[in-house]
Order: sequence, then structure tokens, then C-alpha cells
Amino acid sequence: MDQAVMSGGFVDPPIQSAWAFRAAMTAMARPGEIVTVDGGSAPAPVSVAASVLLLMLCDPGTPVWLASSHDSAALRRWIAFHTGAPVVQTKEQAVFALGKWDRLCPLAAFPVGTAEYPDRAATLIVEMDELQPEGAVLQGPGIKGSARLNLPDVAVFRANRALFPLGLDFFFTCGDRLAALPRSAVVTAAGGSV
Amino acid sequence: MSDYNFAYLDEQTKRMIRRAILKALAVPGYQVPFASREMPMPYGWGTGGVQVSAACLVPEDRLKVIDQGADDTTNAVSIRRFFEKTAGVATTTKTTEATLIQTRHRIPEEPLTRDQILVYQVPIPEPLRFLEPRETETRKMHSLEEYGLVHVKLYEDIARHGQIATSYAYPVKVEGRYVMDPSPIPKFDNPKLESEAIQLFGAGREQRIYALPPYCHVVSLDFEDHPFVASKADHACDLCGSNSTYLDEVIVDDAGGRMFVCSDTDYCEGRRAAGHLGRLAAPLGQENAA
Amino acid sequence: MYVAVKGGERAIENAHSWLAEERRGDVAVPELGIAQIREQMALAVNRVMAEGSLYDTDLAALAIKQARGDLIEAVFLIRAYRTTLPRFGASLPVDTGEMRCDRRISATFKDAPGGQVLGPTFDYTHRLLDFKLAADGEVPPAAQAKPQEGPVPHIAGFLNRDGLIQTEAPSDEAPPDLTRDPLEFPANRALRLQALTRGDEGFVLGLAYSTQRGYARNHAFVGELRIGRVAVEMELPELGLAIEIGEVELTECETVNQFAGSKTEPAQFTRGYGLVFGQTERKAISMALVDRALRWRELGEDNLAAPAQDEEFVLSHCDNIQATGFLEHIKLPHYVDFQSELELVRRLRADTEALHEAAE
Repeated sequence: MDQAVMSGGFVDPPIQSAWAFRAAMTAMARPGEIVTVDGGSAPAPVSVAASVLLLMLCDPGTPVWLASSHDSAALRRWIAFHTGAPVVQTKEQAVFALGKWDRLCPLAAFPVGTAEYPDRAATLIVEMDELQPEGAVLQGPGIKGSARLNLPDVAVFRANRALFPLGLDFFFTCGDRLAALPRSAVVTAAGGSV
Repeated sequence: MSDYNFAYLDEQTKRMIRRAILKALAVPGYQVPFASREMPMPYGWGTGGVQVSAACLVPEDRLKVIDQGADDTTNAVSIRRFFEKTAGVATTTKTTEATLIQTRHRIPEEPLTRDQILVYQVPIPEPLRFLEPRETETRKMHSLEEYGLVHVKLYEDIARHGQIATSYAYPVKVEGRYVMDPSPIPKFDNPKLESEAIQLFGAGREQRIYALPPYCHVVSLDFEDHPFVASKADHACDLCGSNSTYLDEVIVDDAGGRMFVCSDTDYCEGRRAAGHLGRLAAPLGQENAA
Repeated sequence: MYVAVKGGERAIENAHSWLAEERRGDVAVPELGIAQIREQMALAVNRVMAEGSLYDTDLAALAIKQARGDLIEAVFLIRAYRTTLPRFGASLPVDTGEMRCDRRISATFKDAPGGQVLGPTFDYTHRLLDFKLAADGEVPPAAQAKPQEGPVPHIAGFLNRDGLIQTEAPSDEAPPDLTRDPLEFPANRALRLQALTRGDEGFVLGLAYSTQRGYARNHAFVGELRIGRVAVEMELPELGLAIEIGEVELTECETVNQFAGSKTEPAQFTRGYGLVFGQTERKAISMALVDRALRWRELGEDNLAAPAQDEEFVLSHCDNIQATGFLEHIKLPHYVDFQSELELVRRLRADTEALHEAAE
């Protein structure tokens, strides 16, 4: 097995996972808030933040779907080696998905949960070119008043909110930074128009 | 430190719990099933809270554990020692110094801040359980947002007693969607459920985790002509003099003598340290001489 | 002047050392060894292994010693230890047809291939206290016979050959894992059996007994009860073959129950199944009866609203570690919720009194 596959994992998994989780939980609990993580690096083009999320959240029980922007033999081997998560062919099977926004879309096939088990919904890790507290306006649980985040779309997230309590949950990653958008967030375009 | 993994649980278990917590935050008030593990303490004694805390703790945390509002109740002592031993984290009894607080039956009097996490121990997470014992039925009710049963129960209270006769574990509606059991906190604490802190609820035996993100909209169920009231005993604390805190009643003699003291021991001590004295207080520091 | 009660920490420490002293008992009496418990309290060890879901006689004996003989407490110790163990893999299903039986009886046939073997049973002992044991437990050696060679066929197999008993559809589906996934209803039979085999012996016994007394009666014949050792095998992908990693003692009970059938389907007997670690035949028989009662839906029977038919009731309450924890937790402080009730009751009484006074 080559070095690229074996490297890039947590050096001290119990502690680094704990730090990573606190950051991810802060992000999910406070939509729009940007947090910083470190300690993971999957093969390019996966960001540090996305690598950390994969290491912290994935295991043999969580199928991962890779968008074409990120799918590679090297990444598949890295995921298998470090997490044991199966990489799946269809969006319907995904518990987690990773990729660029335009390659993750359309989102309709990802599981959004069921009326009795809305938690059985996919979490998408969206790799971003930049991550800034500007642009779309976020409101809802976890947000005092409103927050802003340069989301890659507005209509898609509004449609997702309309499914509540079903729906997809999102992490947005860029370098070593990440933010989140749970399905509960109400998104409006900057300037107020939809 | 000990022979066990950081914070006792193995990494696989923590990952599973962490995923459940993230989904719980994404769907506030919804009970996420999780594969609760057998802990080295009995079910019913905080195994859910302990597992949630274990999944959240980082070495830099400063942990506070309270039971009935007090840091020195035996089960709080026991859980605090468990994490001192297995996670090596610092502990405190001061609410303001704590980064993670595990609680049973109370929300601290001091408003929590955005840098804090409150973890509740939950015995029966299902707010509809005592109206409908079957999980298969209550799950359906939640999915259909069919909460008539709770209102019927509250209304029957009014018919029989003239008021709503639920005084703790008072049901709330979260973000206009899920009816949630806030754990057996007194209804006095319900208004504090709207908080700047992240609030996580763990029920080990019943295998459920749920959450309230900060600033979450939480409404105690009521009727227009019988609005919710966060009541408490109509007394001031006999130690610190506060008349805005939840009180424990203490029987002091066999002639009907009683006194009322803050259930939040840290808050009470803080007030006494600041010079507030109640009806029966010894000045702080002289307690051992008493 | 009032001083709040403190010192929870010291109280706990003191309680623990007192407990340790009580566990040891009178030091003039020799201390109990693990081997003594394992060898001479074997049925207690078996119960702890079965309900603790961990096959290790020495650990179970240690747990019994530590728990001062409180078997539910011992089961708890084993469960808490068990969850910390890494999981290397799953063994292959054991083949009880290959069991080396110490005991094998059938209530349905006077004789069958493999024979009736009474084995080490209390069944026909007269329950008279043996005062000799108080002085001297030495026993003369029991008579020995040559162990039977080859597999002992299952009695149900004979019935099955003639189509007289309903067959179980073979399945390669991985069974759910009660210890790794949250319980969810409806539960399939594999999950129900898992819950029953580690369920509390007393609870499962009581439910089984209730079916015999008419709460979802499904008159059960013990088609076969066998106790013995089976090999545990595990597949090693690296080697591409299964190797034996050890053996366990099991009790297996298969009941032959009242038949199902209709105008279109010929009548057939049905089955209940029990499989439990160790020599634990009361539990295995009970399990088979409750398993059979829980199968009402798949066998097209009526729901008689009997407790033993109600899988949600049975599975949610059969675990004695869950039950004992929640039951005993009510001795923890509940000052806060009690205070809120107290205050409410006082207020309600005040309201009523005010009403009475106004009426007078």
C-alpha cells in the first residue's frame, strides 16, 4: 500500500476526533458559523476540512458517495483504509456524499429520511472555492437573528427546507474551514429576493 | 488516566453517537434512535447523558455535573469522578467556569452562554409515552404531527383540577414541529430552554438522543385561557435570600419546621459570597464551625 | 442556623469499602475461589453467561464473586465488560446437529435415533435437603458409558421428513444485532430470539407459564431438549477456510406446537425455538414457548392481546439490566420534581379550600 493512502489520517484519533466533532457540532448547531479544523488530509483535491469530517464521521456503517469532482482510486483506497466506509455507486445508498456543488447536483436522489425516521437522511459535504460570511441570508434554529454564508444556491436550499422535518444536511468545506447548513435553516437570497 | 479509551467509549461508538447528535441538531426536538451501549453504571442513572458527554468532551473541557441542581449529590459526584478518571478533564462546580455541564432535573439559574454545552440525562424521552405506551404508535403520532392526545391530557387536568396539573417534564413544542420532553426539570426551568448554549438530551436505556440548537424556539404547551406559568414555591431562599430561584424544601425538625434553599447550590454560594444573606444563613466560611 | 449536607464523595468511598468488607464476610471463613464458583456454582455461572451475553466461565465466576452472589448484578458486570471488547468478527452459525450431547430427551417420541439420554439433571431428584453435603461434598464416581459417535439428528427432522411440521425458510440474511443497533419494531424473529436468549430468566419463565395457562395458549410438546458442547468456527478470509476457535456449551429446545392449516393448506405442527448458553434448560424451554407465542402473525393466528404475543411488550421489558437500572433509579434524589409536585398539590388544595370557604 502506498504512502499516500496510509498517510493523512489522525495521529491521535481519540483526541483529534473529539476536537473535530466539537467544531462540526458548533457548525451544525450554529448555521453559517465558520470554524477551523485540522489533522486530516485525504488525496487531492479533498480539503483538510472535508478530510477531517470523513475521518471523524465515517465507518463501515456509513456508505459514502463520491461526486465525479472527487472520485479517484486513491481517494477510495484512502477512505477504505482510514474509515472502512464503503464507497457506493448510487446516491440513494449514501449516508455521506462528497464533492463540488455542481457535481453533487441534482440532489433529488439522496435520501431525505422518512416521516417516522427523518434522521435517515444523507449529509452532503460540499467542497467550496471560498467560504465567506456573506451572500445568502440564513435564519432558523441556532441563529440569533440572521447569519450569512456564500451558499452555492438558494432555490435548492429553500426546496430542501420545504421538506422539513425531512431533508438533507450540509457541510461546506474550504481549506481547513467549514460551515454547515441543517435542513431546518431558512435561506433567502442576499437583498431579500428569492 | 486509565486503561480505557479517552472518555471511556471506543471510537466506533463515539462516531455513532456523534452522527446521531448532528442529526438531532438538524431536526430540533426529534428523537434520534442510537445504539446505546452498556455503561459501567446502571441504566436510569445517567447512561444517556454520560454517553453524550463522552462523545462531546475534549481534553480542554471544564466539566460540571449536577443532580437536582447540586454538585455534591452522590450521583453527580460519581459521574464527575468517572470523567475525571476516564477523560482526565478538569472539573468545576462553578456554572460560569464550565464548558460542558451534565445535568439531571435542573437547568442552572445562571443564564448559559454560547461557549457552553448542557447535556441532560433523560429517563423517558417520549413526551407521549404515558398517554400511549407503544413506541410504534407514538412514532406514528410524531410523524403525523398528531399531538391531540397531549392537549386532551392537559385539558382533562383543567377539567379536574382547574389548572394544568403537570409540574415537571412539562411538554414543549420545538420550532412549531415536534413535541418534546424536556426531561424531568421543573416547569420553572422551561423558559430557560431557549438558550444561547447547545442543549443535548441523552436517554441511554431508551436509546434516544435529541437536541435544541441555540436560540431555538421552544414553547411550553398551554391553552389561551390557561397560559403556561413557570411557578415555584412562594418563598425566598433562606440561605441567600434570592426570590427568583427554584427551591428545595428541607424539613428541619419534627414540629413542622421547614426551610427553603436554592436547589442550584453554586448559584446560592455565589450570592452568599457576594454578601446576600437569607433568613437562616450562616456567613460563608463559618459553616464547618456551625 | 442551617448547614447544607455535603460530603457525597466521602460517603461514596466509605460505602464502597464497607461493601468490600461485607463481600468478604467473616475472614475466619476461607475465601471463595473463582475456580470453586466455576466448578460448584456452574448453573449460576451459566445464567450469568447467558444473560450477560458473554461466554467465559471464569469471568462469570469472578462477576458472581464480586456481586456477592447477586446474579443480576453479576450479569451487569459482564455486560459492561463485554461492551468494551473489540469485535474481531462473527463466527459461523453453530451446528447443534453435531452437538456432543450430555443430555438429550424428547417428550414426543418414546425413542428415536440417538436415544434418550437423561444426563445430569435434577428432574427425578427428590427435593430433600441433603444434610450430608453440609459436612462432606465428596461423591463416589458416577457410572460411565462410551460417548456416542457421530451426529445426533434433530427430532423435528423426523417430523419434517413427512411434512408434518412447518419448515423454516433458510436465509443468508445477516441477523440484526441488538447490541449494535437501536431496537426497532416490528422485530424479525432473529432479533426476538436474540432478545429472549439474553432476557431475564424469571421474566421469560413467567411469560412462558402464562401461555400454558391460556394467555395465548399454543400447547407445546418438548420435541427435543439437548444440552452439550458444539464447536465454534470462524471463517478466515486470508486462509479462505473456516477454523475451529473453541467450543461452547449450549442448551437447545425445540417445541412442537399446535398445528396450523386451513382448507387449502394441510395441517402441520409448528415450532418454537430456544437456544441458550450453558446448561440452562428452564430458560431454553421458556424461550421456545415465548418465541412460539410471538410468531402469531407469521403463522396467521389471532392476536389475543396476551402479554406473550406482544413483541413490543416482551422485548422492551425482558432485559433485566435495563429493568433493574430503571427500577432502582427511583431511589436517586428526586427532590426537584417532587418539590414541583408538592407545590402543585398545595396550590390545588388551597384553591379547593378557598372554594369551600366561598361556598359557606
